[in-house]
Amino acid sequence: MHGKALPYLLLMPATLFLCIFFLYPFALVAFEAVTRDGAFTLDNFRSMAGSWKFPVTVRNTLLLAAIVVPIQLVMALLMASVVSRLETGRSAALYVFAIPLGISDLAAGLIWLAIFDQLGFLNTLLSSLGVVDKPIMFLGYQSKLTIFIAVALAEIWRATAIMMVILVAGMGLIPKEYYEAAEVFGASPWQRFLRITLPLLRPSLQTAIILRVILAFEVFAVVAALGGTNLPVLMGETYNWQFTLQDRNVAAASALLILAISIGFTLFFLRVLRVPKEARI
Amino acid sequence: MSAVSEAPAAATADARKAGDWLLIATAILLCVWVLLPIYLLIVNALSSPDEVTAFPKRFFPSFDFGSLSFFINFAGVARALWNSVLVATLTMVLAIGFGAPAGYALSRFDFPGKGTFRFLVLMTRAFPLPLLALPLAVMFIRTGLDDTAIGLALVHTTLALPFAVLITFSLFSGIPVELEEAAWTLGCTRWQAFRKVILPLALPGIAASAVFAFTISWNEVFAAAVLTIENRTLTAFLLQSLGESPLYLKFAGGAALVVPALIFIFAVRKYLFAMWGIANR
Repeated sequence: MHGKALPYLLLMPATLFLCIFFLYPFALVAFEAVTRDGAFTLDNFRSMAGSWKFPVTVRNTLLLAAIVVPIQLVMALLMASVVSRLETGRSAALYVFAIPLGISDLAAGLIWLAIFDQLGFLNTLLSSLGVVDKPIMFLGYQSKLTIFIAVALAEIWRATAIMMVILVAGMGLIPKEYYEAAEVFGASPWQRFLRITLPLLRPSLQTAIILRVILAFEVFAVVAALGGTNLPVLMGETYNWQFTLQDRNVAAASALLILAISIGFTLFFLRVLRVPKEARI
Repeated sequence: MSAVSEAPAAATADARKAGDWLLIATAILLCVWVLLPIYLLIVNALSSPDEVTAFPKRFFPSFDFGSLSFFINFAGVARALWNSVLVATLTMVLAIGFGAPAGYALSRFDFPGKGTFRFLVLMTRAFPLPLLALPLAVMFIRTGLDDTAIGLALVHTTLALPFAVLITFSLFSGIPVELEEAAWTLGCTRWQAFRKVILPLALPGIAASAVFAFTISWNEVFAAAVLTIENRTLTAFLLQSLGESPLYLKFAGGAALVVPALIFIFAVRKYLFAMWGIANR
């Protein structure tokens, strides 16, 4: 076997696979979104946007991302800082913080259902403290705010780990000398964090934020487990168009909208948090 | 900003001690935040159906297996469990089978098109991949792959393949090429050198990324729910029965999803950070 052909031969299965199962369906979904019965049309987008649920759906999804992601960023930074400064129990703490990484979004929804359900642990706690005299219905159709809070908490609980892991890996790359130098000049831990960690962590921050924002627009099973249809989100509505309403062209349009929002935000964060080549470590 | 006072040594030591306590307290608090919700789900899963629907709840499990045995004997659950394992195993095999050769090629060769391939792999990150299950549903009906384990595994492989490529790339990069060259000079063919020298060194890491691929498939909800009807996986089954199933079935199902995930994450904990750190550079 010749050296020239070998790398291409090795790459071929993965490349072919990605072409068939990534690029092709992507083209297909774009095509289905702008056609109906073979003719070009924008009706699918009109049906999607014309649904009375659509504005609420978009608002819920964006609002959820806008609230959840910043909180997660702060918590992930906190977790990563704690881990990098711990001397004993470091690996145990890392493992515990990373656990939600392996937990399905559906399972996360069910976990928080155990807490927020009318017969759940939060009501038990509240009634044993005497705050309420009978269990409150947190997740009923009339309590949109508490559903929203429950979903936000479940999302924060579930997906902070993904950012934390990226940030821990990034912090490991920052040379220790910088911190030693800063300490010599009398910088406080807070100043060191602000002036050294944050700027040098920018590439990792960028990756973590992009990855997390994309996942935030994909929120689906957590909402399904906690809110049912009481808190419509984009991914859930896409699912509804496909199954309940049996209209895959509108479902494709809805999918394309999620893709467009995701790509838009990816480009935005790539630009805003751009790291010049010379500034990389 | 420059108000760094010259404090007496004792005060500094005190401050440092207080800082240590704060650090440990924060670490413990964050661990509780991660572990408590899982514990509460497990309490529910290990209680009898009557206890799960009772109020107020006990914060300790009664170790009654009523909920779990109801769950296991519920129509469709055993099959869904089997399907989940089957799909995840197929995903694991496909992702490593396609991904590892590509990772090896990226680590050992310089060739035109390398950058394009890396870009293709990284691009998959910017897309909510489960959405691509929508157009594939039609393609699968045409090709007879609809509602089969292999069809779903192919979609899950799109999710797992980029990780497999990037992780094996970094694994192989970490093994000095000199080892391979030494084997060649001793008369090994390229394949023999790979099999006898490189593979044994890379095997633990490859196993870890295989477990990772398994977990990705095990946890995936949206594509599973879109692509399976009769042969539902556990996540699809739980999602579609959310509306009608009793609480104790949901919690037992949630526990069935979570416990294997905990074991997987524990099994690969050593590689977790290397994997995520590298995979997101």
